[in-house]
Order: sequence, then C-alpha cells, then structure tokens
Amino acid sequence: MDAVLLARIQFAMTIGFHFLFPPISIGLGWMLVVVETLGWRKADDTYVRMGRFFAKLMALTFAVGVATGIVMEFQFGMNWARYSTFVGDILGAPLAAEAVFAFFLESAFLGLYLFGRGKVSKGVHWFSALMVAVGATMSAFWILVVNSWQQTPAGFDVVAGRAVLISFSDAVFNPSMWYRFFHQLCAALITGAFFVGGVSAWQLLKGRGGDVAPKALRLSIIAGLVFAVLTVFPTGHEHGKQVARDQPEKFAALEGLYKTQNSAPLVMFGLFDAGPPPTLNATIEIPGLLSWMAFGDFNAQVKGIDAFPADQIPPLWMTFVSFHNMVMLGMLFIGVMGLGLLLMWRGRLMTSRWYHWMFFVVSPLPLAANQLGWISAEVGRQPWTVYKLLRTSESVSVTVGAPEILFSIILFGTVYLALGALYVFILFREMNHGPDAAGEVS
Amino acid sequence: MMDLAFLQVTWFLLFGFLIIGYAILDGFDLGIGALSLFVRDEHQRGQYMEVIAPVWDGNEVWLIAGGGMLFAAFPPVYATVFSGFYIALMLLLTALIFRGVSFEFRNKVDSAGWRRFWDWSFGLGSMVPSLIFGVAVGNILLGVPVVLDANGGFLWRGSFLGLLNPFALLVGVTGLMMFMTHGALYLAMKASGPTAERAGRQVTFLWISWVALWALSTMAAVIVSPWLFKGLLQNVLLYLLLAVDLASLIAIPLLSRSARHGWAFLASCAAMAAQIGLVGLSLFPRLVPSSLNLQDASLTITNASSTETSLASMLVIALIGLPIVIGYTIYIYRVFKGRVAPGQFYGSY
Ligand code: HDD
Ligand code: HEM
Ligand code: HEM
Repeated sequence: MDAVLLARIQFAMTIGFHFLFPPISIGLGWMLVVVETLGWRKADDTYVRMGRFFAKLMALTFAVGVATGIVMEFQFGMNWARYSTFVGDILGAPLAAEAVFAFFLESAFLGLYLFGRGKVSKGVHWFSALMVAVGATMSAFWILVVNSWQQTPAGFDVVAGRAVLISFSDAVFNPSMWYRFFHQLCAALITGAFFVGGVSAWQLLKGRGGDVAPKALRLSIIAGLVFAVLTVFPTGHEHGKQVARDQPEKFAALEGLYKTQNSAPLVMFGLFDAGPPPTLNATIEIPGLLSWMAFGDFNAQVKGIDAFPADQIPPLWMTFVSFHNMVMLGMLFIGVMGLGLLLMWRGRLMTSRWYHWMFFVVSPLPLAANQLGWISAEVGRQPWTVYKLLRTSESVSVTVGAPEILFSIILFGTVYLALGALYVFILFREMNHGPDAAGEVS
Repeated sequence: MMDLAFLQVTWFLLFGFLIIGYAILDGFDLGIGALSLFVRDEHQRGQYMEVIAPVWDGNEVWLIAGGGMLFAAFPPVYATVFSGFYIALMLLLTALIFRGVSFEFRNKVDSAGWRRFWDWSFGLGSMVPSLIFGVAVGNILLGVPVVLDANGGFLWRGSFLGLLNPFALLVGVTGLMMFMTHGALYLAMKASGPTAERAGRQVTFLWISWVALWALSTMAAVIVSPWLFKGLLQNVLLYLLLAVDLASLIAIPLLSRSARHGWAFLASCAAMAAQIGLVGLSLFPRLVPSSLNLQDASLTITNASSTETSLASMLVIALIGLPIVIGYTIYIYRVFKGRVAPGQFYGSY
C-alpha cells in the first residue's frame, strides 16, 4: 500500500481514538463544576459525594486522553513532515498556545483537584475544578483554531512554498473558527451529560446508586436537553451555513447534492449509488429546504458536485453517510433528553426502568456523533490537507516509508485496543462499586 | 516589529529554557520511575508512584510545550528530526502511553499480578524515555545525516540503527544516571520511611556514575565532534556554566550526606541546567548539525526559523503564558509540601 494512504489511516486511527476522550473530559469537567458548586454552596453532602465519585472517572478519562494526546503532538512532524514545514509558521503558534494556556492549566489543577481535598480551602478546591474545565475548553479552542485554519485559511501569504503568517488574529479568528468551536463545545457538553446520566442510569438499574444516582440523572437530563438543542440549533445549523459559504464542494458532498439546482431539497434519507454519475436512491426529502437553510431563500441556487473539477471533490459516500448519521443522532439526543424531562415532570423518572435502560444504551452515542462529525469535516476537506493550498498527497514525510507507517499502525492499533478495553473494564468496575465505595488501595 | 535575528536568538534561548524546565521537572519523576524497577517490595513500589502522583502530568506538559514551541519557532527542525527519528519516537510514545495510564490503572484492581504489570509499565515507561532523550542528544551532538534536497529543503538520510551508535548510547546512559540521581534526591526529600532512606543511600552510587559518565561523554565529544569546541574556549559563558556545573555537582553529596535534601535537590537542578546549557552553548547557532554537510545542511536558527511575525506572536504568547504557568506550578508544589505518607494520595480519592 502506498505511504499516503497508510499515513491517512494512521492519522485517522490515532486522532479518532484520542478524540473519544476529550469530549468526555470537557463535558464531564463542566458537569463537575456544576456538581461542586452545588455541593459547596448548598453544603449538600449528596453533591459532595457525587463530585468525589465522578472525579475518579474524570481522572481515568483524563489519563487515557493525555496518553493518546502526546502521540498527536508529535505525529504531525513524524508522518506529515511536509505539511508541518508548510504550515509551521502559522499553526505552530496556536499549537504551542494550547500547551501553554491549556494543558498546563488542566493538568496542574487536576492534580490539585484530585489530591488537594482537605489540603486547600473549599473555595480553592472548587476553583481547581473550574480551572480543569476551563483548561479543557481552552485546549479545544486552540486545537480547533489549528483545524479551522486548515479548512478556511486566513491571515497568511505563501512565500517560497511555505505559508507565512501575516496576521496572527486573522489566522486565529479565521472564517470557520467560532462556528466549529461552539458546535464542538456543545457536542462535548452533551457527551458529558450523557456520560454522567449513563453511569447513573446503570447504577440505578443495578441498585448501586444510593442517593447520588437519582440526583445525577436529573442533573444530566436538564443539562443534556439544553446542549442537545444547542448542538443542533443554532450551532449546527450555523456551521452548515458557514460550510455552504466557505467550502461549497464539501457542502454538496455532505448534503448529497450531486447536481446544481435551484430550490434544492434537503435530503433526510437516501441510499448512495456511486454511479457514475453519483446518485441517491429511495430518498426522503423536503423540497426547497436546503436552499433556504444555506442561503435563507427557498429558490436560491445551490452548487452540486457537478459544478466542481473532478480532482477537487471529496469522497462522496463517506461524507454523506457520516454527516447524515450525525444529524440523526442529534435528533435522537433531543428526543431522549426530552422524554426524560417529561418523565421527571410527571414524577415517574425513578420508577421507569425501561427509561434507565434506554438512557444507558444511548449514553455512549454522543461519542459516535462526535466521530461522525469529524469524519464529515475531515474527509469532506479532501483532497486537501490545507484547503486549496496543500494536497494531502503532498503533505506526507518523504523520509518515512510505508513499512514504518504500517508498523506504527499495528503497534498503536494494538496498544489502543488494549487501552480502550481496559478503560471500559475499569469504568464498569467503578460504576459497580457505586458512589460510596472507598478507593481500592492495597 | 522586532528584529528577526534578535527573535531567533531569543527563541533558541527560550527553547533551551523549556528543555531545562522539562529535564528538571519530569527528570525527577522519570528517574523515580526508573529507580522503582529495583524495588522488590510491592508496597514500596507503590510509594514511588504516589510521591509524584499529583504533579507528574503537569511535568510532562513541559515536553508537550517543547514540542509545540519547536513546531512554532523552528518548523523544519520539528519536521525533519521527528520524521527522521521515527522509530525512536514511536518507542518513546509507547513508553509514555504505558507510563501515563499506569498511575490511574495500578490501584484500581486488587490483584498482585495486575499491580506488577503496571509497576513494570511505570518503571520501563520511565527508563526508556530517559534513555531515548539522552540518545537523541548524543546524536545531535554527533550530527545527524541530513542533506539538502533540490529545493533547498532538508532531507534525512539515516536509519534507526544508525541512531544507536556508541557515543549516543554513552550519552543516553549519562542522561539516565542524571535523572536517576535527581529522582533519588527528590525521593529522599519527599518520600517517607524506608523509601526515603533507601533513596538517600543510593545517592552516592548514582552520583558517582553520573559524574563519571558525564566526564567520559565530554571527553568523547572532543574526539567525535571537535567542531563543537571551536571558539568555545574563548567564550566566558563556558567558564560560567562549567563553574556552576562543578560547584553544584560537588555540593550534591555533601548536602545529601548532611540530610539537607531540599538543598541537594536544588544543586542537582542547577547542575542539570548547567549541563544542558553547555550542550546548547556548544551547538549554537546550530540546532541540528548535519554529519554529512556540516557547513550547508545543518539546521540553524537562521535557516530553520519561522518568520518575524510568527516568532513575535509566539514570544507574546510565551511571555504572557509561562510566568502564569510558573506561578501556579509553584503554588501547587507548596500546597503539597512536606513528606508524602504511604496511602496519602491513593487512599484518599
Ligand atoms: C476539541 C478538543 C480537542 C481536539 C480536537 C484534540 N484534543 Fe487533544 N486534548 C483535548 C482536547 C482536544 C483535551 C480535552 O484538552 C484533552 C483530552 C483529555 C485531556 O486530558 O485533555 C487533550 C489531551 C491532549 C494532550 C495531552 C495533554 C496533557 O498532557 O495534559 C495532547 C498532547 C493533545 N491533546 C494534543 C492534541 C493534538 C495534537 C490534536 C490534534 C490533532 C488534538 N489533541 C485534538
Ligand atoms: C479531534 C477530532 C478529529 C477527528 C476525529 C479527525 C478525523 C480525521 C480523519 C478521519 C482523517 C482522515 C481523513 C482522510 O484521510 O480521508 C483526518 C485527517 C487529518 N486531520 Fe483530522 N480529525 C480531528 C481533528 C483534527 C485536528 C484538530 C487537526 C489539526 C490540528 C487535524 C488535522 C488533520 C490532518 C493533518 C489530517 C491528515 C491529512 C488528511 O488525510 O487529510 N484533525 N482527521
Ligand atoms: C442536526 C444536527 C446537527 C447539524 C445540522 C450539524 C452540523 C454540522 C456541520 C455542518 C458540521 C461541519 C463539518 C465541517 O466542519 O465541515 C459538523 C461537524 C461536527 N459535528 Fe455536527 N451537526 C449536528 C449534530 C451534531 C451532534 C449531535 C454532535 C455530537 C454530539 C455533533 C458533533 C460534530 C463534530 C464533533 C463535528 C466536527 C467538528 C466541526 O467541524 O465542528 N454534531 N456538524
């Protein structure tokens, strides 16, 4: 196999695995801020124990996130040396800013948060939980700056085959930055809410929740509903409009629009046929809605795939499928959380075992939605690593051969499978021990 | 706008500062990990991890920051060296992955076999990186096989086994001994009971190894890379750094023997800083010398740096960010001051 394809597989694998953990860290981090605030201000012991229990799970998630994140930091130089040389002048700065402003904050205060209970005042302890969440959020900010710049480059000039920085603020606040940040932040917050709720639902089912799990489930339904709605509207919707504006060929691929047309329909469902020409069969669609969503006018013309040169369009199947599944999951999350609110309002939340099961089963799906979103964004950017500036095929390291990359895929693949399995194993042990078990220490 | 040459020198110094920060901070906890390999008793091995539990991750971020800063300030160095050291870096990353999760995993299941596995992960996961860092420094001092390609870009022409040459291995072991001495001094200061006592006893042997290997490496460098020393003898900074190095090296056993552990640890911080400073001084203005074409194909602060705008933006980030980081890091170490009692951290949360 050729080195470019292997390098892509390797990157997709390592980032995809890394990115199972950050959304939990960010979301759970903010949930813990809420829990610690309630515990501290209301002096409510239930919330104090809830904080202590979920802090353990936070530490576990964080550890795997950190271990896999280090790989990412070095990866660019290892596999994507030409990309790194091309973008270094611009993207190095936000990447370094992430370490300086975010990683230090997150990891230093997590140490204080986990081990400092009783050594510092309650206020400082609360503050350390806040700094962990702020740090995780800032790290999302800076890494999304990096990614958004590749999608919609700004504030640069190309000199002697290298992008050079003209304006730091234009590069940071590039056209897709805020859209991506807010959408991703909301997605992470849903992930955190479902994590807390899923753990609690499991404990309720197993009778291990004590007085903590009911309150935690309620909290996560309220937070989850808010962020499930915000993920779809306005952040997802606005992000879509931004893609239509800045990356029209990606937009066409995501939406499955293969012919340029006025009054373009929004496809809710369709079976992909590669063609040629590519088509969708058995579609369920709403006429005119896509034109309206993208440009605020039911009759507007939307460019289809046929409007772009063949060597500049992304893979069609993967983008269409991943994007539509993400959107469907978004609707599902609103549904599940909304149902929870209804049950809560009717006072039946604690007695509806079926709902606990349902919640538990759905709770890992935000991770899938996050992955699908990134597949849409990243595969949709193909064949470029830096949109319209640098092709993926021109980005890889020349000195690294296919066998070395294959070796790294096998090595990291094996290690990651083991880590993933261990994470789930330990997570379930902790869940089964329940919120009031003491730490297991020899 | 600041002047480009000034920014390039500043970034060389800042990068050096990050490496020193990393070596001093993560150095002790990597050293402690390596030392834990020689402990028989399971409970005491657990202590080795516990002593650094609240701080090790913050320490490791210095490495990540270093990687980020290198990417930002000297992108061709980041790209050329990391793709060149491919296999070595994969080993490093794998080791760091296992090491990182061992802190969280080890005490989660009550089984001796489980704990033994994570103890090995922690121990080897600390020792292997310590060695690799030294081997990397050794190879840089030797010069790495880089040539210029047709477009004036840098091209790596080496192999993994080529990195494992005797000189680089010598520097690798020197680095390991440096970290282990440093780690033992930290344990003597922060651990309690038998762990602290054992570490105190080990200091002498480790210290002798470190000093002897360092002297040997320096002499070997004169032979293998004479160009490192060109003009060096006329530089006052050399004598300054040497004075700090020797004074602190001599102070370590004296302070340690009189049980002034904190001071002994500080002395080893100073010695490490001075030794890394010496390496930097002898390389300057090169970052990565080429063994194939020293004159033209070496990556230097001038031919491998980012542009003025980028370096200046980065400088602003570093000057705002690093003082804050250093501030709260000091605060957190102060919160956790005093000796760590067994079970203090892993028992409490
Ligand atoms: C939207 C958020 C996001 C995204 C897209 C990424 N990460 Fe990440 N990363 C985080 C959000 C995050 C986090 C939430 O801050 C983590 C997760 C777990 C953790 O401990 O911090 C983290 C950890 C983490 C660490 C360990 C930090 C530490 O030791 O404290 C590194 C080095 C990276 N990441 C690097 C990367 C790189 C180079 C990425 C790009 C390819 C990347 N991450 C994608
Ligand atoms: C964290 C969530 C992310 C996920 C799940 C993700 C997913 C992916 C996937 C699936 C690919 C392979 C696409 C293909 O080759 O067809 C890819 C490629 C890539 N991504 Fe991302 N990505 C994420 C974030 C980022 C970020 C933050 C950056 C930049 C800092 C980035 C930079 C790249 C690069 C350089 C490639 C390789 C070149 C390429 O194949 O296009 N990604 N990513
Ligand atoms: C109706 C619902 C949704 C809509 C309309 C929507 C829209 C979008 C759009 C247009 C993109 C842009 C792709 C690109 O960057 O080029 C995107 C990306 C993404 N989505 Fe969604 N989304 C929805 C639901 C969700 C849900 C429920 C999640 C996760 C819980 C999610 C997570 C993500 C992620 C992680 C990305 C990649 C990062 C980014 O580009 O922002 N999305 N989404």
